Amino acid sequence: MGKEFQENRIIFTKEMKKEYTILVPTMLPIHFEIMLSYLQTFGYKFDLLTNSGQAVIDAGLRCVHNDTCYPALLVIGQMINAIETKNYDTHKIALLITQTGGGCRASNYIALLRKALKKAGYEYIPVISLNFSGLESNPGFKITLPMIPKMLYTVLYGDLLMMLRNQCLPYEKNKGETSSLIDKWTKILVQQMSSSSHSYKKVLKNYRLIIDDFAHIEREKVKKVKVGIVGEIFVKFSPLGNNNLEDFLVSEGAEIKVPGLLGFVCYCVYNSIIDYKLYGINKKTYLAYKMIYNLILSKEKDMIDIIKEEGTFSPPLPFDTIASLNEGFVGSGAKMGEGWLLTAEMIELIKEDVPNIVCTQPFGCLPNHIVGKGMMNPIKKKYPNVNIVAIDYDSGASKINQENRIKLMLANAKEKL
Amino acid sequence: MEKIQIKNQSTLLGIDVGSTTIKVVLFKKGNLVYSTYERHYSMVRRKALEIVKRLKDEMEDEDIYIAISGSAGLGLVKENNIPFVQEVYATSELVKELAPQTNVVIELGGEDAKVIFFDKSGCDERMNGTCAGGTGAFIDQMATLLNVSLEEMDQLSLKSTRIYPIASRCGVFAKTDIQPLLNQGAKKEDVAASIFQAVCNQTIAGLAQGKRIKGNVLFLGGPLTYNLGLRKRFVETLHLKEECALFPSYGTISVALGTAFYASKQNKSFTYNEIINLLEKAINAPLDISTTSPLFKDKEEYKEFVKRHEKDTVPSENIKNYQGDAYLGIDCGSTTTKLILIGENNQIIYTYYSSNKGNPISIVKEVLEDIYNNCADRITIKGSAVTGYGEELIVNAFHVDKGIVETMAHFKAAKHFNPNVDFIMDIGGQDMKCFKVKNNSIDSILLNEACSSGCGSFLETFAKSLGYSIQDFASLALFAKKPVNLGSRCTVFMNSSVKQAQKDGADIADISAGLSMSVIKNALYKVIRAHDASELGKEIVVQGGTFLNDAILRAFERELGCNVIRPNIAGLMGAFGAALYAKSLGLEKSSLINLDDLIKFTHKSTMTTCQGCTNHCHLTINTFNGKDRFISGNQCEKGSGIYSSNQKKPLPNLYEYKRSKLAELMQEDKEEGKFTIGIPLALGMYELAPFFVTLFSELGFRVILSPFSSKPLYQKGQYSIPSDTVCYPAKLMHGHISTLIEKKVDAIFYPCLTYNVDEKMAINHYNCPVVAYYSELLKGNMEELEKVKFLYPYLNINSQKELTKEMIKVFKDIGFSFSKKEMGSAIAHANAKYVSWMNDIRNKGEQILEEASRDSTKRVMILSGRPYHIDPEINHGIDKLANSLGFIVVSEDAVPLQKEKLKINVLNQWTYHSRLYNAAYYATKHKNVDLVQLVSFGCGIDAITTDEIKDILESKNKLYTQIKIDEITNLGAVKIRLRSLLGALEERGE
Repeated sequence: MGKEFQENRIIFTKEMKKEYTILVPTMLPIHFEIMLSYLQTFGYKFDLLTNSGQAVIDAGLRCVHNDTCYPALLVIGQMINAIETKNYDTHKIALLITQTGGGCRASNYIALLRKALKKAGYEYIPVISLNFSGLESNPGFKITLPMIPKMLYTVLYGDLLMMLRNQCLPYEKNKGETSSLIDKWTKILVQQMSSSSHSYKKVLKNYRLIIDDFAHIEREKVKKVKVGIVGEIFVKFSPLGNNNLEDFLVSEGAEIKVPGLLGFVCYCVYNSIIDYKLYGINKKTYLAYKMIYNLILSKEKDMIDIIKEEGTFSPPLPFDTIASLNEGFVGSGAKMGEGWLLTAEMIELIKEDVPNIVCTQPFGCLPNHIVGKGMMNPIKKKYPNVNIVAIDYDSGASKINQENRIKLMLANAKEKL
Repeated sequence: MEKIQIKNQSTLLGIDVGSTTIKVVLFKKGNLVYSTYERHYSMVRRKALEIVKRLKDEMEDEDIYIAISGSAGLGLVKENNIPFVQEVYATSELVKELAPQTNVVIELGGEDAKVIFFDKSGCDERMNGTCAGGTGAFIDQMATLLNVSLEEMDQLSLKSTRIYPIASRCGVFAKTDIQPLLNQGAKKEDVAASIFQAVCNQTIAGLAQGKRIKGNVLFLGGPLTYNLGLRKRFVETLHLKEECALFPSYGTISVALGTAFYASKQNKSFTYNEIINLLEKAINAPLDISTTSPLFKDKEEYKEFVKRHEKDTVPSENIKNYQGDAYLGIDCGSTTTKLILIGENNQIIYTYYSSNKGNPISIVKEVLEDIYNNCADRITIKGSAVTGYGEELIVNAFHVDKGIVETMAHFKAAKHFNPNVDFIMDIGGQDMKCFKVKNNSIDSILLNEACSSGCGSFLETFAKSLGYSIQDFASLALFAKKPVNLGSRCTVFMNSSVKQAQKDGADIADISAGLSMSVIKNALYKVIRAHDASELGKEIVVQGGTFLNDAILRAFERELGCNVIRPNIAGLMGAFGAALYAKSLGLEKSSLINLDDLIKFTHKSTMTTCQGCTNHCHLTINTFNGKDRFISGNQCEKGSGIYSSNQKKPLPNLYEYKRSKLAELMQEDKEEGKFTIGIPLALGMYELAPFFVTLFSELGFRVILSPFSSKPLYQKGQYSIPSDTVCYPAKLMHGHISTLIEKKVDAIFYPCLTYNVDEKMAINHYNCPVVAYYSELLKGNMEELEKVKFLYPYLNINSQKELTKEMIKVFKDIGFSFSKKEMGSAIAHANAKYVSWMNDIRNKGEQILEEASRDSTKRVMILSGRPYHIDPEINHGIDKLANSLGFIVVSEDAVPLQKEKLKINVLNQWTYHSRLYNAAYYATKHKNVDLVQLVSFGCGIDAITTDEIKDILESKNKLYTQIKIDEITNLGAVKIRLRSLLGALEERGE
C-alpha cells in the first residue's frame, strides 16, 4: 500500500499555484514570517494567519472532535475561522499544514482538517501537506533538496532572534527597545529572503549584525529568576496555545529560556537515523538523513560560535550534546511526539542553570505521559533542586488554574534565587 | 482553638480567598487576635472589604503588614501593590513557623487538593490538575445526592461496616458509581464512608504521583477539619500511627496564617486607610472576562418565548372526576422517580415527580397506594410499564406488565408531541441522552460519557453552593446583562472557570446565565458533537427536567438558532412514554400488583459479593414479601442465581475464548531454581505474550505471566502513577509490575515497540505512544523495579535478524550468552506460536461469523477495541453483558480481512486501529452484524478512530455505538445503550 491515504483529496495543482493564496496557521510568528518570505520567491502567495482568541477556539470546538488534542483544535479552528471571517474568494485559497508521519496522532491533523472543511462546507479547498517523510505530495507545491539550506537558515534566524529577545526583554532599560529591534530585523530578513540570492556568507554576516545590535540594548544588571519552557511543540511556542505564557512569565519578573525550533527539526532527522540503528529499517534513506543531520549541525555550530565570539549572550547547547542528555532517563528510540527531545531539553535547561521549568502539554497528550510527566520523578531524583511544573492546556482549562500553578513554581524559584 | 503565638511583634493581616470561602487572620504583638472562616458566595471583593472593615478598631493606627493568597485572591491584588503569595507557598510558611516536624501536608479545600512533601532539600508540592474533582465541592455534591447535610453524612460514615469501590479519578465518575449503589439499596452509612474513601484514594493516587506519604502528616483545610469520617479514612489508608496524624485546630485558616507569616517578611507596611482604599478600588475595577450577549433582550422577548412554549401542553383531567380505563407509566430514574397515569384519550390524570432519595421501591409503593385510593371503582388500570435505571427492580417488585428501555420510552413520548420528530434531546438530573430518528426508528443514540455529566444536578448543586435555590438561580440568568463565557467541558472545568469569573468580579446573574450556556454547549459540542442545527434535525423535541429551566431552554434555542418543542411535562416524558407504551400493549388485564397485596408488600435488601467468577460483583439481593427474590448488580447471569437452573447454552464469546487461551498460557512453570522472567499481562502483551512466553521458555527460562487485572491489583501499583490522565489499561501496568515483583521474579520484560507487528493492512504499523514506551515511565517511577532486572529493549519484532541480534545483546547484558543459532531457533518457535495463536483466533472468529451468517435470527456484535480490552477489569464484563442480551460476541481481530482496499479518510498507520476499520467494513456488509466500539477514557488516538468508524458504518446505514470505559464499574449506562441498540435493531427489523 502506498503512503497516499486519501484517494479523492483535492490536489494542489501547478495551475492553482499561480493564483491561489495559501493560508498558513501561526505557531512561531518570527520564524514563519521569514520562512514564508523565502518560499514566496518560488511564486507562492501566502497569508500567515494572525486571528486568535475565543472565536478561533469556538470554531475548533465546532469542527473538530473535542477529545482531539488542543493544538489540532486551534490550528484547524484558526483556519476555519479565517475562511469564515476574512473575505477570501474561497475558490482561490489553499491551506498548508505540517505532517510529521510519526506515531503520535498529530500526523492525523491533515485528515481532521479535511473532515472539518467538509463539515463546514469547504470540501473543495485543497489542503497541502508540508512533510519531509514522503507522505502526501502535490504537483503545485514542492520542497526540493536545494531549498533545504535556505529553509534551514530561516529556522536559525528565527531561533537567534527568539533567543536574543528572551535574554534582553526582561532587562531592557528603555521599554520597547527589544521589540522594536525584533521588528526591525524581521523586516530586514523578510526582505532579504524575498530576493532570490542569499548566500551563506551573508547569513553569517547577518548573525554578527543582529547580535551586535541587540548587545547595544541597555540592560539592567539585576538577577532574575530564569524559567525554561518545554513541551508539546505547538503549546510550547504558540501564544494562542499557551495563553500567552511567555508574556505572563516576563510580567512576573522572569527571564525565559525556550529551546528553539532547530532542536525539533534535528530531532525529526535524527529519528530516521535512529530507526536504522535500532531496528535496521530505512537503510536507504539513512545516508541521506545522516548528511542532512551533519549539515544542520555544522550550521548550528557556526551560529553558536558567533554568539560565543561576541560574548554578550549565552548560546544554546549544540544539538549533538542535547541528544545525549536523555541518557539514563529515556531511550532515544522514544520518538513519538516530542519524544526523548522533551526530556533532553529539560536536562539541557537544568545543565544551563535554569532549574525552573514549565512543561506544557495539551490535556491528555499521549507522548507527554511518558517523556514529560513520566520523567519528572526521575529528574527530580537526580537533580533535587529542580522546580518543574506541568501545565495542561485545553479549551476548557481556566487560565487562573494555570497561572496559580505557575506562580507556585515562581515563588519557589524566587526563594532559591 | 489552641493559642497561636509567634515571635514577630508587628501587626500582620493574612487573607486567603478560596473558591467558596474567605479566611482572614490578624496578629498583634505576636498573638492571633482575630480569625474568621466564611463563605463568600462569589462576592469576593465585597466580602474581603467587609471583613477588613470589621477590624477597623484593631488596625486603625497600626502599620500593617498584609498579604493575600488563594485562587480567587489574585484578582484582589492585580492592580494594587498588596503582596500576593501562592497558597501552597503560604502553607509551607505555616509549616516552618508552627509545625516544623511535618513531613507531608495534605490539604483539601473547596476545589483544590494539595500534597506537600518536606525534606532536607526543601519542599515538593503537588496540586490537583485540571481533571480532579474529589474535594470539598465534591463532598458537598455527594451529600446532596445522599440527601443529608454534611454533618449527617460525616456521622453516618463513622458507622459504616463496609467500603464499596468508587472510582476515585474524577468526582463525576464517582457519582456514577454511587448512584446505582443507592438505587440498589446500599446503606447510606457505607456509601458515605465509601465517598470519603474515594476522596482519600484520589488524593493519594492523583497527587502523591509516585512518592510515598509517610512520617508526620499534617492535615489541613475545611473538609479535613470538619469531617471526622474523612480523617479516619486517610489515617487508615495511609497506615498512620496516631501520633503521626496531625489535625491542628487551625486547619481551616492555615493558609491565611501562612499568608500572615509571609506578610511579616515584607518590607512595606500599609495603613488601614490605604488597605481600604485599595480594596475599594478593586471592587470598582473593570471586568476582565469574556462575555456574550444576554439570553433575552427584554421582558417582551421573554413573554413571547413563554407564550410559544405554552402551546406544547398535554391536556389533563382530574383523577377525582375521571371514569374509565387508565394506563400507568413509571420512570424509575437514577435520582428521581416519576409516575404518570393517562386516560383513554392520552389525557394526564395523575402525575408524580420526586427525588427517589435512594429508595425508589418505597416511593413507588406509596404512590401506587395513593393512585389506587384515587381510582376507587371508577378507574381500571389496564396496563402498566416501567422504564429507567430501576426498571427490572420495579417490574419484579410490583409485577408491572412490561419494561421498556429509556430511549424507546422517550421516543414514544416525543412522537406524541410531534409525529415527525427527528431529533430528541433529553437532559435530566444526572444524565443526558439524545438520539436521531430516521424512518420512524431510533437511528443513533448518544449518552453522556461519565466525564461530562454536567447536567441538571450540577446546576442545582452549584446554585446551592452559592446560596440560591435552582429556581432563583435560573431566573437570575434570564435577564443577565453580560453572561460569562465559561467553557464547555466537564463539571470540574466549569468550576474552575466560575472561579476565574469570580476572581474577575463577575456578577452572580452573569455566572448563572453563563452556566446555562455551558451546559448546553457541553451537550451540543461534547456529547452530540454537532456542527450546526440543521445537522441535528428539523423537528426537535427537548425534554428532561433540566429543560424546564427557561434559561437552559433559551440557551439551547439560541445556540442552535432555531425553535424547538418543549413539552410542559418535559420532566415526565419517560413515564409518559411508558404509559403510552402500556396503552399500546392492548392488554385485557394488567398484572400490576393489586391494592390488597400492595398494602401487605414488604421489601428487604441485603448486599453480598458474588463468588461466581473473578469479577466478584457486588450483588444486592432484594426480597419482596419475604419470598420473591431479585438480584441486581451482577454483570453476568451467574450472579442472578435464580436463573441458573434454566440456563441455556452460552452464546459464543470470543473475548472469553481469548481469555481462556491466555489463562492456559499463565500456567506456571513450577520448576524452582531457574532464572525467572516475569511478563506483565498488560497493554501490548495481551497479544505478544504467546510470543515472548514461548521465546523465553525455549531459551530455558522460567516464565511467569501476571494474572488478569483486578481492583486489588490496580491498587497495588496505584501509588506510582505519575500522570493521572493516562488511560486505565496503562495505569493497570503498575499493578502488574508490583504483582510480578511480589512473585520474586528475577527479571521483568516489557519491550519498547515503536512499531507493532506489520499486518500489511495500513501504511504503517505503529503502536500508540503509551503502549510503545510505557516501560520508560515504569523505569523512572517504580522504585521497586530496582529489585529486579528490568528489561525493556527497543525491538524490531518484524525482523528475525534484527530481533535475534537485539535479544542476544539483552541477555548478554544480564550474563547469559546465546549463540545466533540458539536465539534464532527460539525466535522461530516463538514466531510459530504467535502465528498459530493469531490464526486460531481468526479461524474461531470466522467460524462463528460463518455460522451466524447462515442464521439471520442470530445477532453478532463485533466488540471492537484493543487486544487489552479483553481484560475483565478493563471491560468490566461488557462482553458477558452483551451475551446476556443475546449477542454473539466477536473481537475486532477475529474478523476476516476485507479483500478490497478500504477507503479510509484518516491516516491509517497503527496496527491495532487498522483492525478496527477492517471490522467496520465487515459489519457494513452483514445484516445481522453490528459493531460496538470500546474506548478507554483518555485514549487520544480513539478521538480519531471513533469518528472514522462512525462514518464508515453510517455511510452504509449501520448503527454506531461507542462505549467509553474507565475505572468505573457501573454497567447501568452500558446496558441502556446496548438495549437501545437492540431496540433500534428490532424496530428496523434487523
